[in-house]
Amino acid sequence: MLRYTVLRVLGAIPTLLLVIVLAFLMVHAAPGGPFDDERVLPPEIEANIAKKYHLDEPLHRQFLRYLGGVVQGDLGPSYSYRDHTVSELIGGALPLSLHLGALAMLLSLIVGVTAGTAAALRKNTVLDRTVMALAMTGISIPVFVVAPVLVLVLAVYLQWLPAGWSGNAGGARYLLPVVSLALPQIAYIARLTRASMIDVLASDFIRTARAQGLGTIAIVRYHALKPAMLPVLSYMGPAVAAILTGSVVVEEIFGIPGLGQLFVRGALNRDYTLVLGIVIFYATLIILLNLLVDILYAVIDPRVRQR
Amino acid sequence: MMSLGSTWQRLRQNRTVMICGGLLFGVVVVACIGPLVSPNDYLQTDFDNLLSPPTVTDMQVFGTDDLGRDLFVRSMLGVRVTIVIAVVASAVSLVIGVIYGAVAGFVGGRVDAVMMRFVDTLYALPFIFFVILLMVAFERNFLLIFVAIGAINWLDMARIVRGQTLSLREREFVAAARVTGVSAPRIIFRHIAPNLMGVVIVYVTLTIPQAILVESFLSFLGLGIQEPQTSLGALVNAGVNQMEGAPWMLLIPAALLASILFCCNFLGDAMRDVFDARHTA
Amino acid sequence: MSLLQVDGLTIRYGDNEVVRDLSFAIEAGESVGVVGESGSGKSQMALAVLGLLPGNAVTNGSVLLNGTEVLNASEKTLNGLRARHMALVFQDPMQALNPFVRIGAQLRVILTTHNLASGREADARVLDMLQRVGLPDPERQFRAYPHQLSGGMRQRAMIASALIAAPELLIADEPTTALDVTVQAQILELLEEIRRDTTLLLITHDLGIIAGHCERMLVLEQGRLVESGTTIDIFASPQHEHTAALIDAAPRLDRGDVLSAVAGNEVLQLCNVSVSYDERNGDSLQAVRNLSLSVSAGETVAVVGESGSGKTSLVRAALGLVPLQSGRVLFCGEELGGLVQSRPIAMRRDLQLVFQDPAGSLNPQMRVASIVDEPLLVHERGLSSEERQKQVAAMLDRVGLDASYRARFPHELSGGQAQRVAIARALILKPKVLVCDEAVAALDGSVRKEILALLGDAQKDGGLAIVFITHDLAVVRAISHRVLVMYMGRLVELADCASLYSRAQHPYTKALLDAVPTPDPAAAGGTVSLSGEVPSILSPPSGCAFHPRCRFAKDICRAELPLPRIVNGSIVACHRAEEISL
Ligand SMILES: Nc1ncnc2c1ncn2[C@@H]1O[C@H](COP(=O)(O)OP(=O)(O)O)[C@@H](O)[C@H]1O
Ligand code: SF4
Ligand SMILES: [Mg+2]
Repeated sequence: MLRYTVLRVLGAIPTLLLVIVLAFLMVHAAPGGPFDDERVLPPEIEANIAKKYHLDEPLHRQFLRYLGGVVQGDLGPSYSYRDHTVSELIGGALPLSLHLGALAMLLSLIVGVTAGTAAALRKNTVLDRTVMALAMTGISIPVFVVAPVLVLVLAVYLQWLPAGWSGNAGGARYLLPVVSLALPQIAYIARLTRASMIDVLASDFIRTARAQGLGTIAIVRYHALKPAMLPVLSYMGPAVAAILTGSVVVEEIFGIPGLGQLFVRGALNRDYTLVLGIVIFYATLIILLNLLVDILYAVIDPRVRQR
Repeated sequence: MMSLGSTWQRLRQNRTVMICGGLLFGVVVVACIGPLVSPNDYLQTDFDNLLSPPTVTDMQVFGTDDLGRDLFVRSMLGVRVTIVIAVVASAVSLVIGVIYGAVAGFVGGRVDAVMMRFVDTLYALPFIFFVILLMVAFERNFLLIFVAIGAINWLDMARIVRGQTLSLREREFVAAARVTGVSAPRIIFRHIAPNLMGVVIVYVTLTIPQAILVESFLSFLGLGIQEPQTSLGALVNAGVNQMEGAPWMLLIPAALLASILFCCNFLGDAMRDVFDARHTA
Repeated sequence: MSLLQVDGLTIRYGDNEVVRDLSFAIEAGESVGVVGESGSGKSQMALAVLGLLPGNAVTNGSVLLNGTEVLNASEKTLNGLRARHMALVFQDPMQALNPFVRIGAQLRVILTTHNLASGREADARVLDMLQRVGLPDPERQFRAYPHQLSGGMRQRAMIASALIAAPELLIADEPTTALDVTVQAQILELLEEIRRDTTLLLITHDLGIIAGHCERMLVLEQGRLVESGTTIDIFASPQHEHTAALIDAAPRLDRGDVLSAVAGNEVLQLCNVSVSYDERNGDSLQAVRNLSLSVSAGETVAVVGESGSGKTSLVRAALGLVPLQSGRVLFCGEELGGLVQSRPIAMRRDLQLVFQDPAGSLNPQMRVASIVDEPLLVHERGLSSEERQKQVAAMLDRVGLDASYRARFPHELSGGQAQRVAIARALILKPKVLVCDEAVAALDGSVRKEILALLGDAQKDGGLAIVFITHDLAVVRAISHRVLVMYMGRLVELADCASLYSRAQHPYTKALLDAVPTPDPAAAGGTVSLSGEVPSILSPPSGCAFHPRCRFAKDICRAELPLPRIVNGSIVACHRAEEISL
């Protein structure tokens, strides 16, 4: 188990490096470089900027300098928010996004797993069909459609909930953003849970457990839950990626000053250092999460542990 | 497993496949013909007729937008763009994925291990952010969108095709063919490819909605298709800004997008059932 | 009142009746065998008794356990009966045990759900039961996961889980079919012990097992009970023709003629062949070690050994499907180097192959005619398509398939028919050597007999040499001229059929022969002369690999590898072959 963990951790390092290289190259290989803009600047200022951002150095030096910074948590200065470093900006916006994301993830897992398990246990009944039809609807409506439609109906027409972020306080303002973020994930997780639960329930060892006189609850608890959760666990990486992606639009729609909004503003302002920094941050987060998932997987599945 | 011929028959007998396939086909036909039949033009602004709700006069069945442009024509244009991008991007991922996966699976051994390690590494990356980065770094252009979306989806295709090829390669009928002296190309085209077809077809149907999702997401953020061209994502974005005064601007493209995705997903699911049933038969 | 009373049991899936009007009774303390070919409804009957049939099964009739109706009973009633009054042992313990839960916990939860014990006491009872079913080091197995146990140990754990709540009726559904023959003998011995105080319903396709372990037997054919009675009576004078056919088709070690050696030209020679595979973690697995064998025209050589002994690897290396690690393969005196792709195309027509899994060896997307036609297409370029069609038709006819089969797809064939197609494909080029890898293992007795006869005919016509791989010594007794016995990748004994079956020289050969159950209640058979199981091939024992299980082992056996040498006309790899009497 220890060997497995160490191997996995070591395996994540090249991936992280690849992320940084790829992201860096994408920005710097763009025609004309990151500061090539429609605006025409006086040559002295251009030279100044080049110097400040070390653009006069050869690419590999720039990269090494950048990498050195990243390792120390320094993602360089922001281009559009001149007085701030990228790390400061990320640090400032992160807590709010983290809050939203964690709530959405929690909600998706609880509702998704429960609904999926219920549907699997009542396979081919009205309950199952309803859950699956809703789930299919859920995965077919993108976050950027769910969010405004919810706002339109619940906030604008019915006026039950606040439509935006600023000027409101309390838990209510979290409700719409979190639900919008969670809905597609609830749908995915419900489908995944149902499919894998049905698979597991059809396996021979469940038949054995039934032959041993175990009731449905005991069977799910002692025999089925662990194996059925493996695909859901594997989906945690993609789920977090999806929630991060969703938060980009949700924060935009609700006007939440989080990381997602920072990212979109950065992208639209062509703030290369900021966008580069956030991409690297997101990627690191997801890679670490996948690492954790891998290790958890081995904790659950004794056969994986041996390898 | 069954022959492809009888699979086709089972597809035809499957209600979901026929209904969703038919609906999608209908939407595509309307999207192609609609703008030609309509008296309106997607560029034509009309400042006397801003944000007018849907009406039958002048065939403005979807109303107009904040510049007075006909929303029906624009929506149909959006559908076209969305579907074209999704299909082309899926085709890109199909070609890359099938070739990559088939080579890895067929060659096997070290080559396979290295190729798949590469795929695993890429798999861990949050691609959509890289795509956005790409869109920021380079000028937004149509081609880049295809490439970017295709680049995300080929990974899954490659994994699936590789897994199938690997297991087919080990199947006894392939061993029997090799022993008899059947040539490698004939083994590939006569024994492996036909047995791969099912899973590839299913997978492509599942890729299309994903590509639609990515494209509309980018366009929604303003990082995809640029004005005056449009796509469903961009239309939804425009709708969000006007939703209090002109809800149809949000609801119509949103409903179109959701229904297309819904049909695609249902179709993919049903196809998978048909092909899965074939395995258990 | 009978312990189990089945009356007019019918099980239907749609229009398909898999069990029809089945009636029988079992008294407490009896042990009853159920025999029938695959698809005769044996397992369906067992599942019906436990109330485990799938939801789409429709049942009629009645099944009374101790007077309680179990057919269509509520889950609650059933759960009251399961484990405590009736229990089921499944065929494949690898599938039937939960891979995610430790063995101890899987047994423990049975006790706790039925409120039979809890806490320490439950643990103690589980350990006690593990000990009773003969698991070595029960404390360790208690904490082990199923994949950490060997096949035989897993089946013991499965049996322990069935017995833990002390049921009155134990149903065992093909409990040894997934096991090697020496392990099968051990498990059967355990069942023999269990049936002293538990009523046993033993389901099997193997008449030998029934003959040795059941007082009464039921014979099923296509869901119908065709005969029942005491085992001794039925074997002595079967009343129903199906029973007679089953008994007739059961292979026997102790009866019938054996073929005497043939003298032909050597067509295939394997010299000092070794095969190894690279494991994922960088280790290498030695599947075949330094093995030599030559096969003559017109001869059938059986290659026998337990699973993992390297039989398949040996012939695959000969055919060039896996690389040789060392050694040479000669065909008619000419060296066949390397993998099959690199061999001259003309030579490939002379070596052909038939596999175990009939369905898997036919391309599901091709019709029967084109499957059989493909070799001609490759090798007989000159033939017109009518010519080829004629040959294909003639070949299919020869393997007993008429014209109506030509346009079928493989999934439209039964196992036996698919195997005929595979044989037709292999024989259409008139090869000199035919390799059959467990070619009849997946088939029922009667079909197996037909396929073996078909292969025998093919040999009679020309000088076809056959290499026949099997794990079952009884199956090949009637059809082989010589037998090669393998253990952990090495040659153990190579002998003429006559001398091998009458006077085995190697302790392992003898143990294999002893372990085969004899389908005759009068004859002794299926005795256990071997303890333990095959060790991991990744870390083979020193010296003679068989020494940990051999009762004749001495110091020299642990230290030195016995080389194959000639003893009494057979080739034997044992240090003590001359001294010991088997
Ligand atoms: N492709 C393979 N890769 C790795 N190990 C293999 C492979 N094929 C067989 N083996 C191993 O080689 C040993 C001998 O296998 P095999 O030749 O199939 O034996 P048999 O046919 O007698 O059952 C077994 O331990 C088996 O697991
Ligand atoms: S060499 Fe020794 S251990 Fe091996 S079979 Fe002969 S007597 Fe037994
Ligand atoms: Mg084998």
